This record gives sequence, structure tokens and C-alpha cells, in this order.
Amino acid sequence: MSAKEVKVYSTPTCPYCKMTKKFLEDNGIKYQDLNVAQDKAARDEMISKSGQMGVPVIDIDGELVLGFDQAQLKERLGL
Amino acid sequence: MYELIIIGGGPAGMTAAVYAARKRIDALLLSKDVGGQVLWTAGVENYMGYQYIEGVELMQKFEGQVTQFPLEQKIGQGVAALSRTDAGFEVKTEGGDSYQAKAVIIATGKRPRQLNVPGEEKLRGRGVTYCAICDGPIFAGEKVAVIGGGNSALEAANDMVKIAEHVYLVSLTPLTGDQILIDRVKDASNLNIFLEHEVVEIKGSNRVEGVTIKDLKSGKKKSGEKKLEVGGVFVEIGLIPNSEIVKGIAKLNRLGEIAVNCACETGVPGLFAAGDVTNIPEKQIVVAAGEGAKAALQAHRYLQRL
Repeated sequence: MSAKEVKVYSTPTCPYCKMTKKFLEDNGIKYQDLNVAQDKAARDEMISKSGQMGVPVIDIDGELVLGFDQAQLKERLGL
Repeated sequence: MYELIIIGGGPAGMTAAVYAARKRIDALLLSKDVGGQVLWTAGVENYMGYQYIEGVELMQKFEGQVTQFPLEQKIGQGVAALSRTDAGFEVKTEGGDSYQAKAVIIATGKRPRQLNVPGEEKLRGRGVTYCAICDGPIFAGEKVAVIGGGNSALEAANDMVKIAEHVYLVSLTPLTGDQILIDRVKDASNLNIFLEHEVVEIKGSNRVEGVTIKDLKSGKKKSGEKKLEVGGVFVEIGLIPNSEIVKGIAKLNRLGEIAVNCACETGVPGLFAAGDVTNIPEKQIVVAAGEGAKAALQAHRYLQRL
């Protein structure tokens, strides 16, 4: 189990966000889900942190993974 | 060395994997991602067995069906190169790994076509997006441009007029999408449509600030150019096949699709292709899955004959 703090910036309609969350759940990783379609503060936070106007953005202990990149997620999470 | 490498994790590749596993072929499934283009579809109503299912859910079911077999999978690895060897084929991944097999099935599908204009690559993810259903909500309250005139562009425009301040729909041609979609969007009060206009440039330093478009009828005159101030550009101009890795090895048609016969054979012994990356008519989930099954069974026959 990883004790890393994981945030997922997502929209409810985005398939890659769903895949990302399922991937985290399947690997037993707890995460905070931030819906940037509804939560304007989270949207601004995502854009200022990452410069990205695209989801998902995954924040793992302050390090960012852009998009559902399984190889990167595994590496950063030590899976 | 494997007997078979299947490249691609969409409906064709995953179905091929199941068929290969059931024939006990020593196979490797290699894919950048799982689900392919189906992920971009919100709901599927024409895959038999499900009256309605979300695209993501259907692909997770496919994935679950592949995983129940002891077939080796490497997901997250894009393929950079394919070459022929004395014993068959060598596949190199973007990560620098290399795998050998006697036979290969290419099921790499299609990806969104890019505009190929200045500013596009630099601003990708910074206002330029190819996934309207993913990123649309991020642009709520902003001005955006949707590029394209087909069904995907019309659906993106229809979604965005509801949440954006203003939407510009820019199409190289008259609108080619279904009339029902045109009717749904054309009278929106916050929509301007520019037909027979091309995108010249996407402007912005850190994020998109605007897009320059040009009236095709204006010829070379600068006066035909207009700058639209937008924060988002949704590129919806169709798809291109992920067939680069077989260039110079197998034959492509004029759309860049891999030419196959009805047995999914490319003409190169041991090299098969299936699904949307090929020249088969009708790009549908059920068709791609069927083609994947066929390719795996044909590969099995080929391996038995070796």
C-alpha cells in the first residue's frame, strides 16, 4: 500500500479520468477526486500547477502525471 | 521469442488476444493504452449483448475477459518500430524495449487528425484539445472555437454552446454531419459558423489566446484572414490510422490504412492487421472485434504451418 497523497483532477464525462480512477482503485490507491467541471477553485489550481487545460491531471505528492499514463503512474506510485 | 505479438489494445487487439489465448499461442499483447477509440464514445447502443453500455465500461469488460487468460500483456508501451528478421519480426517500443515474434497482428486503430498549423503542438493541452467530452467543461464561460464540419465537430459545438460564452464553428467544407445534429446546433444564439474557412494559426504563448482563420474564397489575399479571440480550440477533423510502423513493410491505401485481404493478411507472411487501422469498410466496434478474432485464427493457422 502506498501512503502517497494522490489527487485526480477530472471531469465526469472524461473516459481517461474514469480509467485512471479505476486503475488507482484496482491497485488499492486512495485518492482525492477533484471535479474541475464543477469546482472552479480546483480547476484554477490544476491550471496554475500544471499549465494544463486537459484532464486528467494526477498529482502524486506534488509530482504531476498528465493524462492516463499507466507506465508513469506505476513508476510514481511504486507499483 | 514469442509466437505472436498483438499490437493494440482496442476491440480488435483485445479480441485477437482472447482468441490467441484460447488457441494456447505463446503471445504478447503490447499496447499504449486499453480501450482505443471506444473510450471517446459516451454510450454504445449497437454492440450486441448490451442495449446500452458506456464506452469505458464495455472496454473494461473486454479487458477483464483478456485478463482471465494467462496471456502476457505489456500496457503503457507504445510501439516505435517494426522490422522483419530471419525468424519473423522485431518490435521496438517507445521505451526502448525489444521483442521478437514469428507473427504479428497490427491492431493499432486510429488517432485524431491534427491541423498541422503553427501553434498547435506547442499549445496542445494548453487550450488545444482533441477530446471534447474530456476537456469541454474546463472551458465553461470562455469563448472557444470548434474546428471541423462532421458529426464529432457538431456534437462538440452542441455541448459547448450550453456552457461556453461563445462558440465559433470553423469548417473547411460545408457541414457534412447528420442533419439532425446540424438542426440541433445551428440556431444557438451564441454560435457563429464559418464555412469554407481554414485555420491558419493558433495563437498564444502559455495558453491559447486566439485562432487565425482564412476565407478560402479570398485566395492569397491577407484581407481574407480573421482572428477569433478564444481560450480553447477543439480539433474535430477526423481520424488517421496508426499505421506508420508498417510503412515500407506492408502496403497502405491512399488513406494510410493497411491493405488487408478478407483473411486479415497484409501480403507479408506472418504479418496480419485488424480493425480500424486497416482498409476494411465500416469502422464499428463489432466489426473490429470480429476482425481481431479472424486475424488471431489466421495467425494460428500460419504458425501451425511453419
